[in-house]
Amino acid sequence: MSAVDVLIAFAGLLGLFTGLAVAVLSLTWMERKTLARIQQRAGPSVVGPHGLLQPVADAMKLATKEDIIPAYADQLLFWAAPLFVVVPAFLIWVAIPFGDGLSVRVLDLGLLYLVAISGIGVVGLLMGGWASSSRYSMLGGLRAAAQLVSYEIPLVVVILSIAVLVQSLSLDAVIGGNTITVGENTRELQGQGSIPFAFVMPLGFVIFFIAGLAELGRTPFDIHHAESEVVGGPFVEYSGAHWAVFFLGEYLNTFVISALIVILFFGGWSWPSPPESVFGTGLSDATTNLLGGAWFLFKTYIVVAVIFWIRGTYPRLRIDQLMSFAWQVLVPLSFANLVLIAAVLFYDWPLWVMTLLSLPILFGAAFGVQRRRGVRGRPRTVRVLRKSAGEIGRPVFSGGKPGPGGVITTPSQAGD
Amino acid sequence: MTAQLVVFYLLAGVTVLSSLGVVLSRNVVHAAFMLLLVLLSVAGIFLVAVAEFLALAQILIYGGAVTVVVLFAIMLTRNDDQPRADHSQRPLALLAAAGTFGLLVVAFVASDIATLDETTDAGSGGESAFEALGTGLFTDWAIPFELASLVLLVALIGAIMLARSAEDGE
Repeated sequence: MSAVDVLIAFAGLLGLFTGLAVAVLSLTWMERKTLARIQQRAGPSVVGPHGLLQPVADAMKLATKEDIIPAYADQLLFWAAPLFVVVPAFLIWVAIPFGDGLSVRVLDLGLLYLVAISGIGVVGLLMGGWASSSRYSMLGGLRAAAQLVSYEIPLVVVILSIAVLVQSLSLDAVIGGNTITVGENTRELQGQGSIPFAFVMPLGFVIFFIAGLAELGRTPFDIHHAESEVVGGPFVEYSGAHWAVFFLGEYLNTFVISALIVILFFGGWSWPSPPESVFGTGLSDATTNLLGGAWFLFKTYIVVAVIFWIRGTYPRLRIDQLMSFAWQVLVPLSFANLVLIAAVLFYDWPLWVMTLLSLPILFGAAFGVQRRRGVRGRPRTVRVLRKSAGEIGRPVFSGGKPGPGGVITTPSQAGD
Repeated sequence: MTAQLVVFYLLAGVTVLSSLGVVLSRNVVHAAFMLLLVLLSVAGIFLVAVAEFLALAQILIYGGAVTVVVLFAIMLTRNDDQPRADHSQRPLALLAAAGTFGLLVVAFVASDIATLDETTDAGSGGESAFEALGTGLFTDWAIPFELASLVLLVALIGAIMLARSAEDGE
């Protein structure tokens, strides 16, 4: 690796991080405006035209605010926790392609990289929850870990189905198509410009969207910082710059999931028809890449807007609904999706068979969930742990008082 | 000294120091987070050795999943404000550690690692090597691979059975 390569990589990273910071500022403004419209308010409107400078003002306020570290907090872990959330969220962008082969680093194992890096964020939430030495934080951290680990499984299995379909882990192949060989059958998989994977595997798309929303911890899946239950979850004790870093990580992740949805299911930078057919031939490579990048960002912002829309529209799930939905609905469905795509490729059926097979499963599952877990779903008591002297804590079905360290304990006579 | 060597020594230093932290820390949660640091820096070492797939698998499985499960277990079962390490099993732990270390040394010496060609090693390189790894796992090494997944399945069912029987006893 020469010095020039290092310089280019450094410049790419710098540009990426600056761009992402601006994107996060725009997202905060966009979210507040969207929610305000849904709730028939004006939203930020004082600082700058249409309140456009509000995020800048917020950032300055957060940066100058006193950064309080609780006296009983674990100083080092309390300080490090936001980093474990925000650094992976930044690192994911290294592999995201903005054009044909146009990413900071083109990775052959792009899909695996995305899955691997995004898994680390959970640790930051657990760390923050534990280090704050507050019961609400602790409970929030544990909730976050349980939720994120559960919803990661359907998410990863859907990514695996995409990898099986493309027969590659490279993001460029996911967008641009690939020559795939399964057994003795070889076929030319067209790029997503001609057929987005959202139409090939609608089931996978819906699973990915729901699980991705849950990975973000946004309403309706914001169980781990549900204000009415655990105040602010892992973030309760955080303020000032530390809280701002958590916040930054959260918006970055929203942007990441939206970008992933666009890349995996809506073709990333590829235009429905080549830009040449619209703007005429003779476009330079730079212009084509610029157009592709703009198209990619446009689609990403639309997905972001849908996520904000959902946040403004749906109430929060209960924690038992949340967990049973992940394990009893999403995980089996994602495996069904994987088996279906494997069968379609193995028997060399055309791709529309996949769509045809997915849709009944999707609507059947939606109908079943609506029937069984909707209005008629009976609330179940959340399991808590009991621990008496000389006994390992085991699950019981009763309430309890919060013990030291945030773990709920019940008196030994309860539940027997 | 090349850049790779500098990065390697940096990562190796972090690995050694944080491994010492895992063993010497008197706080179980701190030890668990140190373990995360060890696993991540080992992933970094794999990257320096151009074993991309191994590095990513390491981050995915150990950095993401295993550490979270360990932390989850510690936080749910420990009831103290400051969880302390259990010291009554020191001799046993010493024996296990020495045994594992001895086994690793024997395996290392017996292997042909010194003559291994890094360009043909299945764990390193680009997509073709990755494909070779996948093909190898499902053809030449199918039985050990299936055995490993069987062990995991048994562990999974066992865990569910344990949790279930406690629930039914209520």
